[in-house]
Amino acid sequence: MTDEKFREDGLRFTAEVTGASVMPLKISGELCIGCCRCVNACQIDVLLPPEVPGEAPRVFYPGECWYCGACVMECPVPGAITLRHPLMNQAKFVEKKTS
Amino acid sequence: MNWPYPNESALFGEETSDVLVLGGGLSGCFAAIAAAEKGKQVVLLEKGAVIRSGAAGTGFDHWEMACTNPGCLVRPEEMTAALYEEQCGYSNVIGHMIETSEGWDRLLDLEKWGGKIRDTEDEFAGAAFRDEKTKLMYAYDYTNRYTLRVWGTGFKPALLRRMRALGVRIFDRTEACTLLYRKADGVKQGVGAIGMDTRTGKVTVFRAKSTVLCMSRPARIWLFSPDTPGLSEFRPFQSIGSGHAMGYRAGMEFTMMEKSVRAEFSAAGRSFPPYSTGNNHNTWYAATMVDARGVEIPYVDRDGRILRTVDERYRPAPGQKFFLKGGVIDEPRYEWRGPETMPFDELMKRGYRLPFYADLSAMPEEERRVIWGMMVGEEAKTRIPVLDHYEKQGFDPEKHLLQSYGNGWQSASFLVQERQLFGAPGGVMHDWNLETNVRNVFAAGDMLFASDCAGHACATGHWAGRHAAAAADAAELLQPDRDFVYAERERLLRPLSVRDGMDWRELNAASAKLMQNYCGGVKNDALLSLGLQSIQELRERMLPEVSAANPHELVRLHEVSDILDVSELILQACMFRTADSAPLYFERSDARAENAALEDGFITIRREGGRAVKGFVPHTYAGDMLKGFEKHRGGLVR
Repeated sequence: MTDEKFREDGLRFTAEVTGASVMPLKISGELCIGCCRCVNACQIDVLLPPEVPGEAPRVFYPGECWYCGACVMECPVPGAITLRHPLMNQAKFVEKKTS
Repeated sequence: MNWPYPNESALFGEETSDVLVLGGGLSGCFAAIAAAEKGKQVVLLEKGAVIRSGAAGTGFDHWEMACTNPGCLVRPEEMTAALYEEQCGYSNVIGHMIETSEGWDRLLDLEKWGGKIRDTEDEFAGAAFRDEKTKLMYAYDYTNRYTLRVWGTGFKPALLRRMRALGVRIFDRTEACTLLYRKADGVKQGVGAIGMDTRTGKVTVFRAKSTVLCMSRPARIWLFSPDTPGLSEFRPFQSIGSGHAMGYRAGMEFTMMEKSVRAEFSAAGRSFPPYSTGNNHNTWYAATMVDARGVEIPYVDRDGRILRTVDERYRPAPGQKFFLKGGVIDEPRYEWRGPETMPFDELMKRGYRLPFYADLSAMPEEERRVIWGMMVGEEAKTRIPVLDHYEKQGFDPEKHLLQSYGNGWQSASFLVQERQLFGAPGGVMHDWNLETNVRNVFAAGDMLFASDCAGHACATGHWAGRHAAAAADAAELLQPDRDFVYAERERLLRPLSVRDGMDWRELNAASAKLMQNYCGGVKNDALLSLGLQSIQELRERMLPEVSAANPHELVRLHEVSDILDVSELILQACMFRTADSAPLYFERSDARAENAALEDGFITIRREGGRAVKGFVPHTYAGDMLKGFEKHRGGLVR
């Protein structure tokens, strides 16, 4: 089945980075091998594949990240992706007093 | 820039199968596997990607209520009865019987397919929570052993492998949008669903003989952060209750939808990410807590007796058969109350000082390692964001104290109108086959009313999959109504042609604020009516104004549209209950106390001809739990 009406509309999809006050992911341009496994592990499509194959994926929807860590778990290069919670969500730890 | 995926919004696909599963979390995977093992052709739709989708996609650490595991001293019917009593009858007896009787079988399935459920490397040899013969590791009640510690990070990949081996056709990145049904002889019968590819915009009609709904409980109803929407709720960002919404639109019956609790988790400001602060609950049970001076906070049993050893925190009180902890249990009544730190007010009276900290260094070595390491490593969304991240910051559980925030260790501080569907919330009404009032449509996991955690999801998923397979044997593949399908496709794709419209986040923020205003901590008829009217206005006047530049934004908009439908369902359900109900956390300023006894049971709700229809089902509708279980288990031999 196809529907001619939607073809005639000639819809073109576009994408712009939707800004947020946080940046959950940092991808190292040096370490990333551009395999895009993170893109396909992300449940939300926070990441989109690069325009030039082999380059690092790009974070388009940073506010939508739910910090599950699937991208890091699937990444074959240790350290290529860093995930961190927003500053407000980082709990404090202190050294135990030994006295 | 251009969207990186092809534009397939002009295509209109069609797929057929015997059994269609909507949602690829734990329950969906088990439903698909059970149906495929019965020789059925199975199609599964998943909005994300099965490898890590669902609330337990990146892990879970507790497998609860596995009463048939070799170490357990509590029988399934005994546990189910306790949960029923504990929740004043607002408990899902059918779901709990399936969970407690078959959960262990599902865990053995996972082990067979490569999941890790035992301490095979003897990392915890000799620990109090470990059985030396079976190498199983227990949590909470070490005497009665109904909950297991498991390595959940490996479970979704194992399920994916199993589904592939069985030939289940998996449609990742496919949003289930609309339930399709036909009406014959006055009976609604499911005939499939409409799905949309979340990257290409391709709409497909999935026709099937039977369907299993395995989607999440609703979310983002009261809680929404436009800046960090991904942190609005506890469960996955994109799991917002679309199954409830499409079911309600199709006339499916729900119950307990009037129940909501003051929020406990949302990492968007009012609290911290789950399990990331010093605490002694769930994953962290029973961590040693200290106050600001480093003085240890005492644990007490249900009689207030101070417990001297760490081991006693994991044992029932003298004269108590077993205690309840974890899952849907918050603060059980006396009969099942387990060890807990001294009440906060009492601690203040005795001069304990804030802030409190978790002090794992003060625990026996195995207990420390099993909390920080195994459990915090295996629980959903903790391995990378908590365990890895804190260790990189230098956290060492032998040297450091991890702070907790606020009064106690919940590290959360919500207002009464900031609500959440948590702790056995409402869901689909169903029979012993987990079939809904729409014939050949089944439900499992978080779709069910008063649902529980991972073990419940797996067990009910498998059960629903078996019954959906049997239903497919007796059903034919029917055509959905063509006009309805085309109208739905138009509805789903229309926002792509709206240009320069409103952002979906503005609408979600408006609906969440509306629910806080009109469906907050204390309800009344006037406010609820205004709420219904306001939802209607948002749907009619604002929803058409929202635009989507690509399929990703379109999915977000579909979610908000579903959130509006679920909000309506909740408001209507609240209208139907006229008296207060403590077990449902339901309070009215215009409560009709004389109706309390009359309403003590499951008030049901479904939509018919554009109107909400009220029904009533007694607490005891499941009948004799053992007979019901045996009769409906589908000929399987234990």
